Amino acid sequence: MSSIGTGYDLSASQFSPDGRVFQVEYAQKAVENSGTAVGLRCKDGVVFAVEKIITSKLYEPGANKRIFTVDTHAGIACAGLLADARAIVDVARIEASNYRAEYGMPIPCMLLAERVSTYLHAYTLYSAVRPYGCSVMIGAFDKDGPQLYLTDPAGMCNGFFGCAVGKAKQNAKTEIEKLKLKDLSCKDLVKEAAKIIYLVHDEVKDRHFELELSWVCKESGGRHQRVPKELYEEAERYAKAALVEDSSDEDEEM
Amino acid sequence: MVAADSLGSYGSLARFRDIKRVFKVTDKAVLACGGDIADYQFIREVIEQKVRDDECGEYTRVLDAGALHCWLTRVLYNRRSRFDPLWLECVAAGYRDDKPFLGYVDKIGTAFEAKEVASGFGVHLAIPMIREAREKKPTLTREDAEKLLKECLTVLYYRDCRAHYKYQLADITPEGVTIHDNLNLKPETNWTNTYQGINIISHRRECEPLSATRAIHYIYQQLREHLTDLSASQGDN
Repeated sequence: MSSIGTGYDLSASQFSPDGRVFQVEYAQKAVENSGTAVGLRCKDGVVFAVEKIITSKLYEPGANKRIFTVDTHAGIACAGLLADARAIVDVARIEASNYRAEYGMPIPCMLLAERVSTYLHAYTLYSAVRPYGCSVMIGAFDKDGPQLYLTDPAGMCNGFFGCAVGKAKQNAKTEIEKLKLKDLSCKDLVKEAAKIIYLVHDEVKDRHFELELSWVCKESGGRHQRVPKELYEEAERYAKAALVEDSSDEDEEM
Repeated sequence: MVAADSLGSYGSLARFRDIKRVFKVTDKAVLACGGDIADYQFIREVIEQKVRDDECGEYTRVLDAGALHCWLTRVLYNRRSRFDPLWLECVAAGYRDDKPFLGYVDKIGTAFEAKEVASGFGVHLAIPMIREAREKKPTLTREDAEKLLKECLTVLYYRDCRAHYKYQLADITPEGVTIHDNLNLKPETNWTNTYQGINIISHRRECEPLSATRAIHYIYQQLREHLTDLSASQGDN
């Protein structure tokens, strides 16, 4: 690692001879170190699930949340440095409220994602600033239905049916690909999302984690909110049951 | 319970007759405003964004009527101190810490809480009616309150030239807020009995133009006839 970046990784405003911006790549590395976050989109809504790793037992339950509401109809799930993500969420909230004040309607998800990613991109251009060390998923229910976008520290922004960021993003993506997203309802999706998080969680490296679940769909009245307690518990049970089944399958194979 | 008619006047012209000026802020607060409609719409936008911000920030306390009233006093007083007042008379109704709350704030920041509040002409006409009703029956039920408010609005419709028969009614209970839109007083009003004199003029006008003096003379005559008829009929009994 130390040999590759030599000399060209001190500033975000300088390319390396082979055309890379190392500071941005390091920021992406910061995202890959964080707990996994999954976003799923089906025909009637968007679901977020986050594996929030608990670094100290002394924290209160529910501390350091990683899912945020931006406007009534839009939410953000993040991976990477939490403090950076919070700053991004603030920016997103301001954009959402500005759009409302200007056009008198909720901001379309595409525009929100575009504005946030433009902001992120601006921080990859100057030597005096460092890029944001976080990747955010933006989900919303707007007039065109459910939308899901993923931004990264470089300022890229793409629309998805299902996406994952963080430590186990590869495993999570493979799991997502197994789902028939277009046929599932949001309620099923919540359970599937919880299952994926439990499945990709690495028991050896990080012992404790808290599952965060949120959705924006017809059932939540077009509002982004944490899933109701009953559904959360149901999803958690479903995920744990799937995990037990999974490990017993492995035993048989052995 | 809060009621307000839905008229937007342009001077003395009844320009817009379907302006809603009661709105649900949260499950614990309703705001009704009199005064300048543009200022009302402005403050409503601000409050709506405030409520959204609270929701996004996941504040566990909802903006209740007590908090809303307090905030409004600050905003309105601040604006008047900058010589740029919001031309409003606001009634904030709902709950404060699960106790019923009713408060008033106006364009200069005057604020108070009371068991009954009103804005505009309601101060002179509705409040005495409500106090009278309370003297007769100290604890009003919801049905009593609804009936009373309707009576107040009827009187206001008769007496206040800038009042209108279409109105809204907000019903605030611990379970939440329901706002009834497009209610109508008109079927229950009867102008013929209220102003017989004016009625006579309008009848006569269809035949020939009347000067003011002649009209008064005419009313006088009619009244005299009416009174003699009345005393005669009383004499019969």
